[in-house]
Amino acid sequence: MNLPKIVEDAVVLSNKALTADVYELQVKAPESAKLAAPGMFCQLGLSRGQGVLLRRPISIADAADNTLTFIYRLVGKGTVEMSRLKPGEEISCLGPLGHGFTLEAKKPLLVGGGMGAAPLLFLAKAYKGKAELLVGGRNRQELFWTEIYKDIVSKIHITTDDGSLGKKGFTVDLLPELLQNNDYDTIIVCGPEIMMRGIYKVAKEFGVKCQVSLEKRMACGLGACLSCSVDTINGRKKVCKDGPVFWAEEVL
Amino acid sequence: MDKQALLQTEIAGIKMNTPIFTASGTFGFGEEFADFLDLSQIGGVVVKGTTLQPRRGNDGVRMTETPSGMLNCIGLENPGVEVFLKEILPRISKYNMNVIVNISGSTAEEYGVLAGMLDVPGVAGIELNVSCPNVKEGGIVFGTDPKAAAAVVREAKKNTKKPVILKLSPNVTDVVTMAKAVEDAGADVISLINTLMGMAIDIRTQRPVLGNITGGLSGPCVKPVALRMVWQVAQAVSVPIIGMGGIMTAEDAIEFFLAGADAVSIGTANFVDPRTPALIADGIAGYLEANGLNNIKDLVGKLKV
Repeated sequence: MNLPKIVEDAVVLSNKALTADVYELQVKAPESAKLAAPGMFCQLGLSRGQGVLLRRPISIADAADNTLTFIYRLVGKGTVEMSRLKPGEEISCLGPLGHGFTLEAKKPLLVGGGMGAAPLLFLAKAYKGKAELLVGGRNRQELFWTEIYKDIVSKIHITTDDGSLGKKGFTVDLLPELLQNNDYDTIIVCGPEIMMRGIYKVAKEFGVKCQVSLEKRMACGLGACLSCSVDTINGRKKVCKDGPVFWAEEVL
Repeated sequence: MDKQALLQTEIAGIKMNTPIFTASGTFGFGEEFADFLDLSQIGGVVVKGTTLQPRRGNDGVRMTETPSGMLNCIGLENPGVEVFLKEILPRISKYNMNVIVNISGSTAEEYGVLAGMLDVPGVAGIELNVSCPNVKEGGIVFGTDPKAAAAVVREAKKNTKKPVILKLSPNVTDVVTMAKAVEDAGADVISLINTLMGMAIDIRTQRPVLGNITGGLSGPCVKPVALRMVWQVAQAVSVPIIGMGGIMTAEDAIEFFLAGADAVSIGTANFVDPRTPALIADGIAGYLEANGLNNIKDLVGKLKV
């Protein structure tokens, strides 16, 4: 199913720092908000005066009541400029783009690594408390997510590389134990590719379905520029249009 | 005045509602933009570079933004001419747009074969890509040697009755020599410029940003170079010219018409705003009206020097 895509001038409602380099942007974008589904993204365009040419693809962290929420990390010029947006200013919003996560799971485990937890937030809300979250980060500071997720999922499992919070290690290290003790029917993972590969490998061993969300550089977001092509078992696909969500066995 | 009357034009027998093309590789097969504009109002959609065999393109990072522009090294990923003819062309015919097929070959003969295969109803013209900087074989060789470029044009002309457009590379010492060579060989139209070869380095990793190390530079940063080349070529040849390179606004497009372009093509701007070709058409119509001109043809080459 292909939903119509829309370009609208979205008004910034708030744009606040969650940590030193992670921001939450809320905009009024009624048309996109109406059509948005968990896993989809928008291409956000700054005005030319800000010295950024191309749009930046940012996953939708929530959509409700005419409002879209994006949680983004400052990784380059585009996101740094984005962080300077003030309430009342406008940003061009092209979206909603791509295909979203499955909403069919009976007992989903969401696995987020780093900023991968942002699109999963919208998904967790759609599952209305049915989902559990496994989230990993380098240290306690990166796990501001636990606060955000605490009333949205039924349970939060935590790993940190340095052991400053939860179990020491990576999410993939905790996964076998979780799969042994729970009857999840689907794992939905978003994070660095190496982490998603690890999660998928364990999921496969346990015979649990696994969905992943890929991240690639893209210019258009519409399937035209082919910047974001990936190999799949069904030939070349575009992350922007055919994804960003895929079943793991298609792409990993 | 009627916008339609102001903007209607014809290039090498291709009747166009507006003097605006969309550049190959920036507009997919047109259908990707159908939510945002009326494709029949675009003068011509130059579809993604097509080759005899399917190509998977280059690995690694394929795109990066640079100051006022972008680099790409897609590497001509495409499903191949047979899939284009069998699946894509029938699918996009409902949009009533002029479909121009951009083709690339690794020998002059291959351009001829492709041109012949595409000499079918539903294709309005052929654009010869002799200047892709991102593929190893063929590609840019034909774009930098006047004799090789002329041979490609002759092979294409021999095999099709459609108008043949030759897209020039800016990565040459003298673009005018190239333009004259392809005009003499029988090109019906010249389009320019393709991307400028460039590169970017990530100083944190001390590696090239792009998977292919180098890539093609496009966007506003190349506009002055493109405009200069269009102006030089317009003085030297009599075939129609499609000018492109960093056109973002109607004002940019008007500069190209003044320099001698009969039509313009929109590339990188399609990524910034998918409505760009329609917005530029409206802006050009407004300019023509404000300047008391009856049609876009009255603006072509009217640079005062």
